[in-house]
This record gives sequence, structure tokens and C-alpha cells, in this order.
Amino acid sequence: MYEILRVEELAPKIKLFEVYAPEIAEKARPGQFIIVIINERGERVPLTITGYDPEKGSITFVFNEVGKTTRQLGLLKEGDSIWNITGPLGNPSEIKNFGKVLCVAGGVMIAPMLLQVKALREAGNTVVTVMGARIKELLFFKEELKALSHRLYVATDDGSEGYKGLDFLKDVLASERFDRCVAMGPVPMLQRVCELTKPYKIPTVVTLMPIMVDGMGMCGVCRVSVGGQMKFGCVDGPEFDGHLVDFDQLIKRQRMFLPEERLSALLWELGGCECDGK
Amino acid sequence: MPKQPPEVRKHNFNEVALGYTEEQALEEASRCLQCPQPQCVKGCPVEIDIPAFIKLLRDGKYEEGIKKIKEKNSLPAICGRVCPQEEQCQKYCVLGKVGDPVSIGRLERFLADWERARGFNIPDKAPPTGKRVAIIGAGPAGLTAAADLAKLGHEVVIFEALHLPGGVLVYGIPEFRLPKSIVQAEVDYIRKLGVELKLGYLIGRTYTIPELLKERGFDAVFIGTGAGLPQFLGVPGENLGGIYSANEFLIRVNLMKAYAFPEYDTPIRIGKHVVVIGGGNVAMDSARSALRLGAEQVCIVYRRSREEMPARKEEIENAEEEGIICKFLAAPTRFIGDEKGWVKQMECIQMELGPPDESGRRRPVPVKGSEFLMDTDTVIIAIGRTPNPIIQRTTEGLAVTKWGTIVADENGKTSLEGVYAGGDIVTGEATVISAMGAGKRAARAIHEYLMSKK
Repeated sequence: MYEILRVEELAPKIKLFEVYAPEIAEKARPGQFIIVIINERGERVPLTITGYDPEKGSITFVFNEVGKTTRQLGLLKEGDSIWNITGPLGNPSEIKNFGKVLCVAGGVMIAPMLLQVKALREAGNTVVTVMGARIKELLFFKEELKALSHRLYVATDDGSEGYKGLDFLKDVLASERFDRCVAMGPVPMLQRVCELTKPYKIPTVVTLMPIMVDGMGMCGVCRVSVGGQMKFGCVDGPEFDGHLVDFDQLIKRQRMFLPEERLSALLWELGGCECDGK
Repeated sequence: MPKQPPEVRKHNFNEVALGYTEEQALEEASRCLQCPQPQCVKGCPVEIDIPAFIKLLRDGKYEEGIKKIKEKNSLPAICGRVCPQEEQCQKYCVLGKVGDPVSIGRLERFLADWERARGFNIPDKAPPTGKRVAIIGAGPAGLTAAADLAKLGHEVVIFEALHLPGGVLVYGIPEFRLPKSIVQAEVDYIRKLGVELKLGYLIGRTYTIPELLKERGFDAVFIGTGAGLPQFLGVPGENLGGIYSANEFLIRVNLMKAYAFPEYDTPIRIGKHVVVIGGGNVAMDSARSALRLGAEQVCIVYRRSREEMPARKEEIENAEEEGIICKFLAAPTRFIGDEKGWVKQMECIQMELGPPDESGRRRPVPVKGSEFLMDTDTVIIAIGRTPNPIIQRTTEGLAVTKWGTIVADENGKTSLEGVYAGGDIVTGEATVISAMGAGKRAARAIHEYLMSKK
């Protein structure tokens, strides 16, 4: 059992949990993830690690309350426990002095980007950060990112704050040179970022969180086509060369269990299943 | 042995084989000739004194009988169900030369079930040695090594990466062949021997092997991480929706209990026309699970003929009784999807058998121009598994073969001092009992190593 030390609502339906997990806290590095199982009937959900404090023995992660599990998770309070957490999983990010790095983060993945930007800064990089969300209410960690980045751009899908969409990046990329781009966020956003950086041949690393079950190389559901080769998101990733990823295939694979996920959430909403102990 | 009738069992996940009644067990045991030089024992990877336990059973001394088995085997209810007895002990039974061999596995199962129903006896343990052993993986190899080492007086901690113990016994073998409650009970027995179980620890990530030895105070390590990495066909369209590796399919169904979705949270999507590629026990398990999940038609596609099928004969018969169709001498060449990226057809090519290959089985050769299409909306690829690579990638100095298996001698000794390995991680995909045999030999070697160290 893993005790929840702190709960913070970062934005509507986006929550941060700090959990006591000393062994994971000691080992975690930027870019890695954990598998969370709420209770004995729960599914195995991969979530990116957004922070770790070996002294306190805690890790943090951020999630968006969308499906049944994340909504159930969102009901938990400080002092409650999570049944099982496995980690850290996946390969840590490559952090070194690349020169000038463009960091693009969208949605809930803004949270791990903060960790990434911090590490890149400490390694001596010049960091230009772009944060994006659907609407301005979902832009969290803005001040933190601003303080850590040399420059911060804000974008929203509806234009309610900052730039409308990511098209403005065209101009940014045309006017200055970047040595590397790191992108974390929804798959369509990652695809768009890669389209934009490709003409400039900027090495672009994307964090992929495909559907996973075990998260340790056993099931192969997280397979991604990278440069025509089959890779597993969990053990070969989660970071990949974005210019080689088959995004269209990935998007289709992400939708594989949508009907079941909707059914599960709906039944839960209706309170149709007593087994959840909610 | 009584079984659930096929038309009933194909709609449920309950155990197919119901086990002997006491009468049946006594009758079967009475057939044993108590050979002065028993051949059956030679065929048992964990060296059970088979005639002795059968004699005790025959005499009604059930408690002594199970004790006799457990001198060598800590997982008898599991072995009595999933061991390929026809290839092992029973193959050497003298009665088999003239008729049916004694059903040794079923007798083992009878005694194990008898004991479990009454509560386990915990055997005496050697006095504490003060030595600590880390076991990586709570599958058949790791559990066996742990039990033996605990009985020898060592402090044993098992690190299991998944959230439940049992390894392939819980994620791979379906409920209808090996109920999870039985695995749970036998794991509990091993816990009662004093073994500590840590779940959700992926060694290589949470701790590395050098950390276990240098910082975490372990005197020796046993690696029993199995063969968990699924193999794929490498043909076009393999990443379409509805195409599962057998591992994914079985993990969802067995470990995560997707058959009880949405009561359990992990879903599985099963279409009407399921195709399973492969001919081993995993293919049979996948096909029979798909049928139980409501598929209208389940077809196994195997590139060789029935004679070369590696699955247990009993399981092939069970599958066919339940209505599973086998298509022999065919191999997939590509998958064709619909506009949503879901598989709708599979193209296969007809094979014929050429001369034997390195496996000793006749090599399948494609027949030119014989491609044909099959309609399918769910494909399960069950063509084998290779070792999980995480430990090999994170343990410097550990010798590994080009197939990714760990190099170890007969007794499990690896290239690193104090580090032993056994089971599928050393041999490649094999059986539960051979992994247990390896765990047993390694436990013996680890014990010698620990006791010779001051």
C-alpha cells in the first residue's frame, strides 16, 4: 500500500498526488514512469513521474480525470492509500548540454515537462518552453515554467490565452536555431510538433505513453512503429525519435479500447458496480 | 478423470478437469507395480519418490503421502495439473509399455487437493544460517528455489515485478486449467515457510543486482525471470487493432481478469472470428479462452501438421472437443485492416513439410502461389516468447547468449559471483516443471556457496 501524502488540484480535473514510495523516489529519473493499480480489481495504469524527493521518500504524479480509474483516483484524499505502484519504469531521459532546447508540452504532460526543463537547465542548456492546453483554465505550472525557462510561450486550442494553436511555432523555428526539441503531450500535438521541426532537422524526442498493460515488456500492446521497426513503448521508450514514429498508426492503436473505456466509466457513473468500494 | 462436459465448460472459466474421487484415486494407485527399480522417478525433474508416495496413498496414508511429495516439490497442486506427465514420469512407467501408464500426475493432484482442503502442514526448517538470498521472479523457478532455501534456514526475499505472485502460473495459464486460488494457496504455503514476498519490484529498475548484493545486504541472488517477451511474426499489418500477442491476451484475461469486465477494470475485445497463430500450449490456452469469452468461431492456424504440434495431446483434445478448429500447414503473410485500423482479414500461404530442421521437426516450406484469405476480427499471436531483457541490460558483467538468455551452468551458476539463474531465462521457453527443477538445483548450489563462505 502506498500512502498519499498530498493532493493538489492543479486545474479543473487535473490533480497532483504526492505519494510515499521511498524505493521509487530513490531511483526515479526524469522521463520515467510508474504503473499504478488502485485496488485489487483495478487496471494497471501508466503515469509519468513528475517529481521525486529521496529524502522525504516521496514521488509525485499528475493525472487527468477522464476514465473510470483516473476519476476513482481523483476521489482519494490525503492519508488514503493506493494498492500497488511499480516503478520507476522505462528509460530515463537523455539529459546533457545540447545547447538550445525547445520544450513543448501539452495538457497533463505539462507536469513532467517541469521536471525535464529543470534537468535541462541544470545541465547548462538554454531552454525555450512552449506550454499548451485546450483552454486557458488548464494552463497550470505557468509561473514555475516561466521561472525555469529562458523564454516561455503559451498556446491554447481556443485562443483564450496566448497563441491559438501551435502554428506560431513556424515563425519561431524560422527565426532561431534549436539543437534539440523535447515534446510531451497528446499524440496529435506530438505529431504536429514533429511536422514543424522536421524541415529544420532538429532532433525531436517525443514521450509516448501508448496503451500498456504490464509496462515491463511482456504484453506488447504498447508496440510502436519507429523507423519501420517494432518498438515497445515501455522497455524501449518511453522516449523516441519523433521524426521516425508512425503517428497515424499510434493514434489508431490509442483508440482500440475506447468503447470499453466508455462503458466502464458510464457503469461506474451509474453506480452499477458495487465492487469498487467507492 | 471426470471433466466438465465440453458444451458446458466452453461457456465458463471453471476448471475443466474435476480431479479423482477418493475411490478413483485408490483404484488408480492400486495399479502401480511398485517396481524395485522404478523408472518413473528418472522422468521427474524434481526427483519425487513416486512409488513411495503412491504406496502411502494406496494405504490410505494421505498425510504421509503428501509429505513424501513435498520433500521434493513445494507446488504439487500446480504440478499435478500442468506438468506434461506423459512426457516425463508417466513416459517411463512400465505399465505404459503394455497399456496405460499409472496416472501419476492425477494422483499427485489428488493428494495436494486433499491437503489443501485440510490446511497445510508446515515442515520443520533448519536453524537460521544468517544468510540472505534475493530471488527475482515469483514464478515456478523462483518459488521452488525460495522454498528450498527457506527450509535450509536462509532468509529469503522474493522480488516480483507484477502485482501478484506466480509468474506464468497466474498471467499465462488460464483459470480453467489452473485455478488462481490454487496458485495463491501454494504461494501462501511458501510464505508460511518464512519467505518474504515483495510485489511490484522490477529488478533492474527498482534495484539492480549489484545493489542487492552490495547495498541491500543479500549474500546471493537467484534470477528466475522467465521468458516474458512476446515474439511477433514480422509481417505487414501486425500492428492493426484486434491483433494481440498471446501474452497480452492472456495477461488481460488471466492476471487482470478481463473475462469479468466491467466488474474488473481491464477490458478485452473479442470478435466473432478469432484466429490463433501457433501450435503450443499457449496457443491452445488462448484459443480456449477466446471461445469462453464468446467468440463464435475460433481457428488455430499452425504452419506444420498435427504431428509436430508442441501442445500437450490432452489439451489439443480438450480444445477440439470444445469446437476449436485447427488449420494445419498454413502461415500468415499479412493482415488487412478496415478504415478504423482494425483487422478484418488475414492472408495465409499454404505450407508443405520439407526435411527436418535443427528442432528435429520437419521444416515447413511455403507453396508458391498458394496464398488465400481468411476473415477474422481478432488475431492472437502465440509463436513463442523470448527472455525479458531488463536484467541483462542493467547488470554489468552478466554473460548472456545471443538469444538473450543468461549463461548458467547445470547448477545455475552465472558469470557473476553469488548470482544464480534458472528456468526459462536460461533455457528459453520451456515447462513449469523444468523451471522448478532448475530452481531446485540452484537452491542446492546456492546453499553450498553460502555455507562455504565464511
